[in-house]
Amino acid sequence: MTDMIGQVGHASDLFSKFDDIIAMREDLLASGVEDPFNLVMERVLSPTVAVCNGRETILLGTYNYMGMTFDPEVVAAGKDALDRFGSGTTGSRVLNGTYIGHRQVEDALREFYAMDHAMVFSTGYQANLGIIATIAGKGDYIVLDIDSHASIWDGCKMGDAEVVPFKHNDIDAMERRLRRIPDGAGKLVVLEGVYSMLGDIAPLKEMIAVAKKYGAMVLVDEAHSMGFMGPNGRGVAEDQGVLDQVDFVIGTFSKSVGTVGGFCVSNHPKFEVLRLVCRPYVFTASLPPSVVATAATSIRKLMHGKNKRAHLWENSRVLHKGLKDRGFQLGTDEPQSAIIAVLMPDLEKGAAMWEALLHEGLYVNLARPPATPANMTLLRCSLCAEHSAEQVKAVIGMFERAGKATGIIG
Amino acid sequence: MDRAEIDTRIRTLIEPFNKKGIAITDDSRFTDDLEFDSLTVMDFVAEIEDEFDIIITMNQQAEIENYGQLVDAVLKLADKG
Ligand SMILES: Cc1ncc(COP(=O)(O)O)c(C=O)c1O
Repeated sequence: MTDMIGQVGHASDLFSKFDDIIAMREDLLASGVEDPFNLVMERVLSPTVAVCNGRETILLGTYNYMGMTFDPEVVAAGKDALDRFGSGTTGSRVLNGTYIGHRQVEDALREFYAMDHAMVFSTGYQANLGIIATIAGKGDYIVLDIDSHASIWDGCKMGDAEVVPFKHNDIDAMERRLRRIPDGAGKLVVLEGVYSMLGDIAPLKEMIAVAKKYGAMVLVDEAHSMGFMGPNGRGVAEDQGVLDQVDFVIGTFSKSVGTVGGFCVSNHPKFEVLRLVCRPYVFTASLPPSVVATAATSIRKLMHGKNKRAHLWENSRVLHKGLKDRGFQLGTDEPQSAIIAVLMPDLEKGAAMWEALLHEGLYVNLARPPATPANMTLLRCSLCAEHSAEQVKAVIGMFERAGKATGIIG
Repeated sequence: MDRAEIDTRIRTLIEPFNKKGIAITDDSRFTDDLEFDSLTVMDFVAEIEDEFDIIITMNQQAEIENYGQLVDAVLKLADKG
């Protein structure tokens, strides 16, 4: 029993474990750069332009791939739902939080993917957390790529399965691990279509064939491919002709769809039971009616986005070539997605370059360890179908000037 | 395979990861003494897995703090195979 008045033992500060990261941040700010993790968008003029710190800024790090955030029909659907259904549901999907709009967005997803079941979560993070932690239980094995998104790792951590990572995109390393799993154990292989740090894609065709050879179920996170990869925009698995082999597709509304929310689509005959047993689905409030209305409208428009898709790919190719020609080191030799990652020598240089770009009027994403593979510092650019050819050209000029000013290119 | 043989093989594998050439005993802790960061741990574990044709799951790794515990764990896992 502790004495109510006198203190027993040493007081410990639970925050001391963060001292290293506090010091790193202070060092960075002491060098005089603007805080890269504290930028405020004062006004947002379009999917590609905002006002930050009073400066008009081209947005090149928002994952707003299809530029749906200001689509007039999408915005109108949200306003209408706000008027008719109010600002929020104040309830879980399994209690009072399923409105007609939630059903309609799930219908839109089933049609978009041509799959039997769709389940909408409040974020993509929760979709990974919920699906992975729920379907892989005690005694089961999760085999996953080591560069998986934080939400996948957290889903593994939350569940009771055995977790076995393998080297990024390494088909043999994955097979060796699958082969060593004891006979009879349940297996889930977790992959991503596009890996968002370097913008590289997975060899899903080969990997899924191996997974199936060992009797594993396959989950693919297609967060960074929806709407513009594959003939119908269903993602990398569709592009490589293996979507029918994927048991679960995870996606998000926070990128191409242009709002917030997450989902899982599947043809598994027992899929609907997840609505009862998946805790990140049950124990949180559902999305507001305006959000699901914007998402449903946007998803339906993405089914017919052929021209926009072609322009997005054109942007990606032009930017990749422009940066490569100017001597920047990029995450991939060829453009593989709508993400172009520019490798920085270290965090200090990366932050200086980030700031120089901001002063030029360009926003990109600064990514640093531990979120990045191999402790890299990256400037991640994500293109938008609404970036004009002139904007992309201007962006390359900004990179060139900022790169020279900071000594990153000669 | 006996413990001594496993110990010898792991010592060979650990060499390239032990950049400062720190003397390793059964009590050497990976994070505190050998200064392995999480990426190093992952690469090192992958090498051991392939060498002995075993899986050391993340869950099992969480129980292994020092070198001696690693050798014991591999001994147990390799025995089953
Ligand atoms: C691969 C991947 N999965 C899942 C998510 C989570 O998505 P959301 O923003 O909807 O939580 C993201 C985005 O951050 C992601 O990059």
